[in-house]
Amino acid sequence: MSTIENIKERFADLQKTREDAALAMVRNKAIVAFNQWGIPTVKHEEWKYTRISAIFNTDFDFPLSHTNTFFNAADLDSVRLPGYKDANELVFIDGIFSSRFSVIRSGELVVLSLAAAAEGEFAGIVAKYFGDSANYLKDGINALNTALEAGGIFVHVKNGQVTEHPVYIYNVTDARSGNVLSQPRSLFHVGENAQIKIAETYVTLGTGESLSNQVMEIIVEKDAYLEHYKIQNDASHTNQVSTTHIRQVGKSLIHNVVITLNGNIVRNNINVIMDAERCEAHLYGLYLQKGKSHVDNHTIVDNVKPNCYSNELYKGILDDEASGVFNGKIFVRPQAQKTNAYQSNKNILLSANASVNTKPQLEILADDVKCSHGCTVGRLNEEGLFYLQSRGIREETARALLLNAYAIDILEHIKLEPIHAFVDRLISERLELA
Amino acid sequence: MLRIHNLHAEIEGKKILKGINLEIKPGEVHAIMGPNGSGKSTLASVLAGRKEYEVTEGTVEFMGKDLLEFSPEARAGEGLFLAFQYPIEIPGLSTINFIKTAVNEVRKYRGEGPLDAVRFLQMMKEKMALTEIDKALLSRSLNEGFSGGEKKRNEIFQMAMLQPKLAILDETDSGLDIDAIRIVANGVNKLRTKDNAVLAVTHYQRLLDYIIPDFVHVLYNGRIVKSGPKELALELEERGYDFIKNEISEAAEA
Repeated sequence: MSTIENIKERFADLQKTREDAALAMVRNKAIVAFNQWGIPTVKHEEWKYTRISAIFNTDFDFPLSHTNTFFNAADLDSVRLPGYKDANELVFIDGIFSSRFSVIRSGELVVLSLAAAAEGEFAGIVAKYFGDSANYLKDGINALNTALEAGGIFVHVKNGQVTEHPVYIYNVTDARSGNVLSQPRSLFHVGENAQIKIAETYVTLGTGESLSNQVMEIIVEKDAYLEHYKIQNDASHTNQVSTTHIRQVGKSLIHNVVITLNGNIVRNNINVIMDAERCEAHLYGLYLQKGKSHVDNHTIVDNVKPNCYSNELYKGILDDEASGVFNGKIFVRPQAQKTNAYQSNKNILLSANASVNTKPQLEILADDVKCSHGCTVGRLNEEGLFYLQSRGIREETARALLLNAYAIDILEHIKLEPIHAFVDRLISERLELA
Repeated sequence: MLRIHNLHAEIEGKKILKGINLEIKPGEVHAIMGPNGSGKSTLASVLAGRKEYEVTEGTVEFMGKDLLEFSPEARAGEGLFLAFQYPIEIPGLSTINFIKTAVNEVRKYRGEGPLDAVRFLQMMKEKMALTEIDKALLSRSLNEGFSGGEKKRNEIFQMAMLQPKLAILDETDSGLDIDAIRIVANGVNKLRTKDNAVLAVTHYQRLLDYIIPDFVHVLYNGRIVKSGPKELALELEERGYDFIKNEISEAAEA
């Protein structure tokens, strides 16, 4: 049976066995959307350059409950991020949250299964915001994650609380004994005047085919602060669609950095909905690509309310036959006067066979706003290279120093120290800087 | 030390140098002057190994070796230094990190081990004082947002750190006020020994009030058309380059 047919059958089973009426409705809506839209092909405007549909020719397993008995503590150690002893750790194995391997250190955090959250104290929030990303991502991939939501979690950061320990999220796909489609799902609610720092990573174990199709929705309340880092350095044969959908429902500040260093096809959706006055958002991205890797960053900043500020900078370095995509949408709604929205995408192509498609897309319906966008595609600065060489620095070292310097204005925005040091080291290793 | 013989060079098919002959011995200071477009900066660039320029004829011998065979970084290792007319700004690369890499790469080339942190800092401190450069500048990104004077001082500081045998100063005085010229020239003078040499490329005589040349050469239309003692620079300043041009056209007619 093909993966697509299998999905439909498993969905029917899932609806029968689960007794979570609130979520069942959303899942049902999602499967209708999935059936209507299907897996996006390059004919879909938002997937023009990213061929995700061929991946679904593979027969995938997609666990809808805890069936993985292989994953052990040593495996966890192999995927942990530096500084984990001081962090809350949330572990997804094949898309299913594992309470056994997760560690909650902070009393400020409430971590529940989505199904449980949909019933109790947080029922209102779940009902209102679970599946919010579907309002912006009209494709079968997003619908697929929602339709098959099974092992997802709800995380609440209590009002007025600062989580001193960051939250590390490990999205593990265990492809040691087969081909796996994993679909981690989470809904975060950052309460009023609360603060949280999140760092996520994606790891595939084994050599089977894999696709990690993750959706994370984050609601940020008034006076709250969210820092979010996505570190993508999975193996060269792995695929990933990763959605971070942030809705700022009160005046708040968010800071998001996406670092992509490896993977076969990596598609990121970063959505920021500025749904309150005086919201502020900082979005940064760095993609450092080699081989045949394809990295696609789609960002949306939707200015729903007036007086919001957003700044976005994405930089790419593409070598070999790598291909990149940047699509940056900025919407300014008619009532969102005094919007300040800035966007920039810069690329360096190191090889004649590397390519990038970059497209800013601004839809401005208010008349008193400041918006700017810019994109560049160029080569390594030859003048700079000669300058360094003329000081005795070998050409390869000079190139590495220049590329590292180019990446630094993204890296300096990683404010979580162990993660900053970790990414610095990965990049130095990649550039072969001692 | 440096022996240039019948050097011809071109860029994108355009002939710029048309037979340069020049010899520099240890301890000497040579000045190359000339009007705009005469090939002064091209000569400096060709010596430093800028690859856009193609040498079509002639030889350059440096310390007994064929300089033109070397990559730019090997030339630096061999002891050649070019102070850029327009030093490049590199955001994100700290000046200290850059200097440290350069010093250790050059040491490696010369068969010396890397400097440890203590000795490196000692050396930096000493050379910073010598070239009157502010420590705050060195903790910033390389040349980023530096004033013209700060960039040139940084060039001389790098020269001090790399201890070249031959320093080529490409229009080091351009865009500098008199105080900045004095500081830069002082730095160069303090670094002079009987074993190293300076080749100063300049449009104006002003720099040569502070870096006193042993020989002045006039470059015109890709050739050295006149050489003389330091007084030649003063004469050029007074009479302008036209008198050279006139002399040449008279000679051509005769």
